[in-house]
Amino acid sequence: MNDMSTDGYTTEDGRKIGGVVMEMKNITLRFGGVTAIEDISFDIREGEIRAIIGPNGAGKSSMLNVISGFYNPQEGEVWYHGSKRPPMKPYQVAQQGIARTFQNIALFEGMSVLDNVMTGRIRQMNAGLFAQAIWKGKAEAEEVENREFVEKIIDFLEIQAIRKTPVGRLPYGLKKRVELARALAAEPSILLLDEPMAGMNVEEKEDMSRFVLDVNDEFGTTIVLIEHDMGVVMDLSDRVVVMDYGKKIGDGSPDEVRNNQAVIDAYLGVAHD
Amino acid sequence: MPEQLVFAAEVFLNGLMAGVLYALVALGFVLIYKASGIFNYAQGVMALFAALTLVGVMEGQVPFSHVINATFGTEIHDFGWQVPALLAILLTMVVMVGLAWLVNTIIFRHLVNQEPIILFMATIGLAYFLEGFGDIMWGADIKKLDVGLPQGINAAIDEATYQIFDYGFFIDNLDIVATVVAAALVFTLIIFAQYTKQGRAMRAVADDHQAALSVGISLNFIWVMVWSLAGFVALVAGIVWGTKSGVQFSLSLIALKALPVLMLGGFTSIPGAIVGGLIIGVGEKLFEFAIGPMVGGATEIWFAYVLALIFLVFRPQGLFGEKIIERV
Repeated sequence: MNDMSTDGYTTEDGRKIGGVVMEMKNITLRFGGVTAIEDISFDIREGEIRAIIGPNGAGKSSMLNVISGFYNPQEGEVWYHGSKRPPMKPYQVAQQGIARTFQNIALFEGMSVLDNVMTGRIRQMNAGLFAQAIWKGKAEAEEVENREFVEKIIDFLEIQAIRKTPVGRLPYGLKKRVELARALAAEPSILLLDEPMAGMNVEEKEDMSRFVLDVNDEFGTTIVLIEHDMGVVMDLSDRVVVMDYGKKIGDGSPDEVRNNQAVIDAYLGVAHD
Repeated sequence: MPEQLVFAAEVFLNGLMAGVLYALVALGFVLIYKASGIFNYAQGVMALFAALTLVGVMEGQVPFSHVINATFGTEIHDFGWQVPALLAILLTMVVMVGLAWLVNTIIFRHLVNQEPIILFMATIGLAYFLEGFGDIMWGADIKKLDVGLPQGINAAIDEATYQIFDYGFFIDNLDIVATVVAAALVFTLIIFAQYTKQGRAMRAVADDHQAALSVGISLNFIWVMVWSLAGFVALVAGIVWGTKSGVQFSLSLIALKALPVLMLGGFTSIPGAIVGGLIIGVGEKLFEFAIGPMVGGATEIWFAYVLALIFLVFRPQGLFGEKIIERV
């Protein structure tokens, strides 16, 4: 299943998974003397839900930051849509169609939900400043078109009721959902979710899980997610990368990973003798 | 109508006009503060620099002529041509955009995530540098700026008020022009911030850097844009103030008048800058008119600051500023 061929595979529930969209080759990331990621390789396929799990400090978030360009690794290559990606700034990565959410939520607190989600469309808006200044033709059509798409996303994530509310006033669970909406508005080819269920109660977790599955199902979005909650990960994902102390200790379907001795040791601890 | 009341009405109107000028300077502060959290002490000097450049370009002055002449023993002073006002304004705007790019690239890009006080100190440094740089570039003498704005008493208002009150109001044409310009500027800025892609990106950057990056906004581009906008506002303020009182060093001190305006209106609000400017303008003129004679006059110098002080005690976020409430 983990071969490098371009043809994909079919999941248990019958979804077709396509070719490799992104490939990480021997990534090593250091902060001074600390090695956060050591020689990790894996691939991400079109339309799949790919999870990265591991105990605290395993380097999961660092990995996501490498993909989204917030960190540039010292060694290794990132291949995206079949070509090697040069070192990039985060905004350039975003412009290439990789959207993300953050573990600690990074929203525009002073702006309304609608405005927040609209910022996700920046990549799709091309009208120049002067065209917008005159506010005719192309710019107007563009605004209307993007607005329609955004409304669709808002409906989809069931946040119509809070469209005009400033984000700063929303409770945690809803903020997470708005952040997801903003990322989705960019029509990303890869969506990165950094602990989308962290700090949520059971009900909110169930809601979020449903949305992640629905997004993947409805829009065919490729999703890479980091999560602590093992149960959630096993239910949602098609393939799982397991990290521990910056190294990859497992990669495969949830069942394969669950029965992997190294993974069990990492999570439950192992007696050193 | 009693005579005193008619005078007061005239003073009130003149106060409004002065307030517009204060607001014009305060606007530049608000723009940069909103988008980057930097309190730009150099805003006043930017207005001076813009006005100096405009005069220099219009009169075909050779920049750095003093330095060139001193170094090479030459005697060049100007190119010998006159540039029409509109073209000169455009050229000056190009210079201000270049300045914005330099300021961001050389200074503020390297100070991201620093304490506000450090950013503030950097703008003080920038202010002194720019002041000296402007002097070297265009000379330190007082210059006359005339881009064709009407000046002098407005005859129509004088006539009309004379008919009604038997007393003609003195309203300067330049003040009327300034009011119209300021209104247009504010309208444009608000439309820009609310309804354009760049404006939305600007608000996004002001709110959260990380989030802005993650949706594909280049921080550097936005910062250069914001400094350019502030440069544009400085140019407008420089033109109006320069026409009114000549282009000279004291022009940079109008920035100090903008401080109380901002404390009243709030540092983060564009409408606040306007209302704050008007209140200060009207307040200091009326105060001088009513109380001034009792205390020996010259109240205009300190009135604004005392008013700001009172506001700091009772409403530190200003009239329109965002009240910061930390969740515990």
